[in-house]
Amino acid sequence: MPDLSRETLVNAVLLLLLPAAALTALALGETFYINLVSRIAIVALAGVGLNLALGAGGLVSFGHAAFFGVGGYAAGIAAHHAFDMSLFLGLLPGTVWMPVIWMTALLSAALLALGIGAISLRTRGVYFIMITLAFAQMTYYFAISLTPYGGEDGLPIYLRNQMPGMNTNDPIQFFALVFGVLLLTLWAMSRVTGSRFGAALDMARLNDVRLASSGISPFPVRLTAFVISAMVTALAGALFADLNGFVGPSMLSWHRSGEIMVIVILGGVGRLFGPVAGAILFILLEVLLGGWTDFWQFWLGLVLLGAVLFARGGLLGLLAGRARHD
Amino acid sequence: MTETRLAISGLMKAFGALTVTQDVSLTLETGEIHALIGPNGAGKSTLIGQIAGFITPDAGRIEIAGRDMTEARPAARARAGLGRTFQVSQLAEPLSARRNVMLALQGAQGRTYRFWGAVTQDSELRDAADAALARTGVADRAGVAVSDLSHGERRRVELACALALGPKLLLLDEPLAGLGPEGSAEMVALLDTLRTEVPLLLVEHDMDAVFRLADRISVLVSGAIIASGDADTVRADPRVRDAYLGDGDA
Repeated sequence: MPDLSRETLVNAVLLLLLPAAALTALALGETFYINLVSRIAIVALAGVGLNLALGAGGLVSFGHAAFFGVGGYAAGIAAHHAFDMSLFLGLLPGTVWMPVIWMTALLSAALLALGIGAISLRTRGVYFIMITLAFAQMTYYFAISLTPYGGEDGLPIYLRNQMPGMNTNDPIQFFALVFGVLLLTLWAMSRVTGSRFGAALDMARLNDVRLASSGISPFPVRLTAFVISAMVTALAGALFADLNGFVGPSMLSWHRSGEIMVIVILGGVGRLFGPVAGAILFILLEVLLGGWTDFWQFWLGLVLLGAVLFARGGLLGLLAGRARHD
Repeated sequence: MTETRLAISGLMKAFGALTVTQDVSLTLETGEIHALIGPNGAGKSTLIGQIAGFITPDAGRIEIAGRDMTEARPAARARAGLGRTFQVSQLAEPLSARRNVMLALQGAQGRTYRFWGAVTQDSELRDAADAALARTGVADRAGVAVSDLSHGERRRVELACALALGPKLLLLDEPLAGLGPEGSAEMVALLDTLRTEVPLLLVEHDMDAVFRLADRISVLVSGAIIASGDADTVRADPRVRDAYLGDGDA
């Protein structure tokens, strides 16, 4: 199986690229670039989440910013209450501990995705795209109206939330944390897509009549995948807010949904490491083109057009060949 | 003792002013092959759609293996024991024949919400899938992607999927279509061996095959069953000759 080992090799190189870049930046004393690599890892994580719905399940969600934002607000609101010692809804104290914040982010996103998915997944194709977009816009305007938490201006996180045994304010330690989360998630995702559930989800995308005729209802399979997908993206959102020390409605805007989708498409839809490749490419383009022209998104658009027209498998399709089934 | 595996009574379906299923009642008993024939546009596909759960009837009742399934979704009917094949094969083309059958086994076991163990390394599923493929005569094609299989092989893989469910009845929608004389003969022989294991409701255009295989034949014309009985009864029925078989045929 030469293709398989080639994909493994490409994946390994992609993974090593991130810590190698971070350590190089550390050696050069360039904090900005360490944070840039952290951003790549976080955006890749958001893409890994979307990729389960989009790639494995064939569910083109144009509303994943909602989950990204929910994760971000979980981090921001927890830190806010911890900072001024107030209570959330007059009931719950804040916290600066990331494990607690992550659990909150995962749970909130799961609940939101359950609601959004239960309604959206009754539609197909372009209607699904539109209805997920509509739900994400609703959460966006909800965030804007959320005056106790900054409304339109958003919410600063004065001190990065903490992880036991680490100094998260040290850029390289924060990168290590983010990279560890990405690695663990990739591993878990490879298990899930290879499992019985993954097989059913594959079939929901490839032929849902066959799935139903096999005695498996497509709807709950899709809903479960949508919820897991949202949870992973929310985890990325929580990390993103901590990276920037800020959370605002922009995290929930439809541009963000588009960005996560572009990352998955650029990298290779349905490929485990597609979002990692996509995030590296996207953020490099943003930095390189953005340093050259204010109209970098025009050029990004051309790259995306090229990817869709000439490299349907994305960057991973170019590097590692077509996806394989057994 | 025979047992009723499918009981349809008073089934009605209309699309606007067009009645496509008109008070249809029929049964399928263990040990038999019941053929459903009818000219194009008689409403066979709509009737199959209602039995399998993809189309909701306006009135009437559908019982599968003794349970009321009139309102049930297709997946629930499959779990209740309804195995089926399609007029146009419904398989996942990029996946191997084996993976298609493994999914049916997984559905039959009702263990889909397992998120961890690798399905490709589940030797129990693999072996059972290979056994089902062997029964339909395509064991040597187990590892081949469905997109690389011939039309006839796809029919056999689909039949293996249906058998893998451990079905209480099989609903076969034109299993001989497009097979050619040799392929048809092989498929007829294969279906003949299934009779004792699982009853078949067979929708088929090939009259020779129908008269050779079927214990009972029901004739559907304009949405209604106009005749039902063994081959000789149906052949002799003047309404059937009139509506369907035509003069001198059969």
